[in-house]
Amino acid sequence: MLSYAFTEEQEDLRQMVREFAQSEVVPLIEEAEAEEKFPVQLIPMLGELGLLGIVFPEEYGGIGLDKITECIFVEEMAKVSAGMTASVNAHADLAAFPIYKFGTEEQKSKYLPPSIAGEIIGAYAITEPNTGSDAAGLASRAEKKNGGYVINGRKNFITNGTICDYCLVAAYTDKENRGEGISVFIVDRDTPGFEVTRKLQKMGHRASDTAELVFENCEVGEETLLGGEEGAFGALMEALITGRVSHGVKSAAIAEAAFEEALKYAKEREAFGRPLSKFQAIRFKLADMATRIEAAKALAYKAAWLYSTGQPCVKEASMAKYFSAEVADYVTREAVQIHGGYGYINEYPVERYYRDAKLASITEGTSEIQQLIIGRELGL
Amino acid sequence: MKIAVCVKEVPDAGAERRIDPGTMRLDRSGDRALNAYDLNAVEEALSLKEAAGDGEVVLISMGKEKALDSMRKALAMGADRAVLVTDEAAAGSDLVATSHVLSKVIAKEEADLVLFGQQAADSAGAVLWAAVADRLQMPVVSQISELEVAGGKITARRQTENGYDRIEAPLPAVLAVADSLNEPRYPSLKGIMAAKKKPQDVLSLADVGADAGSAGSAGSRTTVKALADPPSSGDTIMIEDEGGSSAEKILEFLVERKFV
Repeated sequence: MLSYAFTEEQEDLRQMVREFAQSEVVPLIEEAEAEEKFPVQLIPMLGELGLLGIVFPEEYGGIGLDKITECIFVEEMAKVSAGMTASVNAHADLAAFPIYKFGTEEQKSKYLPPSIAGEIIGAYAITEPNTGSDAAGLASRAEKKNGGYVINGRKNFITNGTICDYCLVAAYTDKENRGEGISVFIVDRDTPGFEVTRKLQKMGHRASDTAELVFENCEVGEETLLGGEEGAFGALMEALITGRVSHGVKSAAIAEAAFEEALKYAKEREAFGRPLSKFQAIRFKLADMATRIEAAKALAYKAAWLYSTGQPCVKEASMAKYFSAEVADYVTREAVQIHGGYGYINEYPVERYYRDAKLASITEGTSEIQQLIIGRELGL
Repeated sequence: MKIAVCVKEVPDAGAERRIDPGTMRLDRSGDRALNAYDLNAVEEALSLKEAAGDGEVVLISMGKEKALDSMRKALAMGADRAVLVTDEAAAGSDLVATSHVLSKVIAKEEADLVLFGQQAADSAGAVLWAAVADRLQMPVVSQISELEVAGGKITARRQTENGYDRIEAPLPAVLAVADSLNEPRYPSLKGIMAAKKKPQDVLSLADVGADAGSAGSAGSRTTVKALADPPSSGDTIMIEDEGGSSAEKILEFLVERKFV
């Protein structure tokens, strides 16, 4: 049996998020983009509507639904603001989700209910100034001291770094053991030694805050260790798979937003006495864009379905992230092209979509890393 | 306190509206949604129930069975149950016929308060509530921009063209709320998940004790004889701005006609 139908509840959710996005999110975009600042007031609003707890069980204040349902939320949010969606995803997929998956009961009851209610914001810090794709090459260290740990290191490109209340931090507890010697800590923002040194200015995703963090003799208790000392890092990285599925949907949504603008513009704008849409060159572009978006969404929701039904989907999640990134890159580029000069100025949103799309092939595992994973899954 | 909220499914606001020249009725194909003005009535009913600490909010509508899809939104916002009258014989009901059917349901429900949105987004009638109140012999207050319910009566502020009236009325009463009264809440995801399981009664005209001869085309007294574009209301004057001169020209225009 093959079915592409969403449930009535999922359709109702899509409608609700669409209305919320238009009425509450769209008015925040201009200022957020101009000031390169995530509007933090959005988080409690999303929490109240239950949108930060879609996949979490009811005992922590969640709704207990599946990844497909969460993807519908991500898609509708990303269609209006990729930047804000990045902050929301970093909070839910990268910070709260690993705590749910690997945390102790104490950690879960401390962090999940307020994260799901939107009272606190989480971040996830692996990347360092000299370590991106080579995650195991990170230099941060956590040394045992007085029954706890002392963290030293620098983290870079951390979404929500400036606004988070807690941050998952990866650091070596056993430097001799490459990869396996990494442990992850849940560090509260007010822990002495946890500093935000710089807010970064980005090409796109400007409605999201991205920061450089420094941990200097940052002392944390043993209870902050997530998933046990060492060995948990591989499992944690695997948890990122849910983020890849979200990215598949998110990038397709950026592409779709750009496509819709291009389609509208092509019907309105005239050249040589007729609308652009009457020219075959433009029609072919739009047909190609629409086709690729459809394929990207089908792949992303397939991955979401596999994930939701508990089936292995390492390969499909990477395929979805990789393919959607390519589609977003292509579609936003063509959307700018169809707009001509107007596509290059910021009075039309396609300029923003084009800048936003570029991140898709870089963040949370570059396209090349996704290709490596796909190759590995092919048995290579 | 039991609050009945009369709601209507209408063509989605985004969709282009047209009148079918064959039937002289609104073309109701395409996407459908709950009348946006009704959301203010639903919101008010929910706030009143929450403030009172108990009570029931019942949605009442007449339409095709598919209308339940749109009514689900109000259930997701928090309404307790829905009653939909659907019947072949109810098709083509005008205001007179619709008010007959709705008043039968409301009488059966014995609601303390009957809320309406200010108008329907499709036909923009804005009189159904008055007809229902007349049939039920209840007081009616329209264009309510402030509402208080206490001690078996309502105190409402009714917007008028020149200010507002303050009106008191005993319960039960029919109230048509202005869209300025409140900001309708979004249905939460929890509400959406719960909505489908809430009681949704689909009833026929006979079920609610409505007379088939008083409903549908048979019970309607409106006949559409012809359709035409609205007449032009005069020539549009375009003012070209020259170094900020347009404000003065607009002022001159208003002074000339004694508007200011």
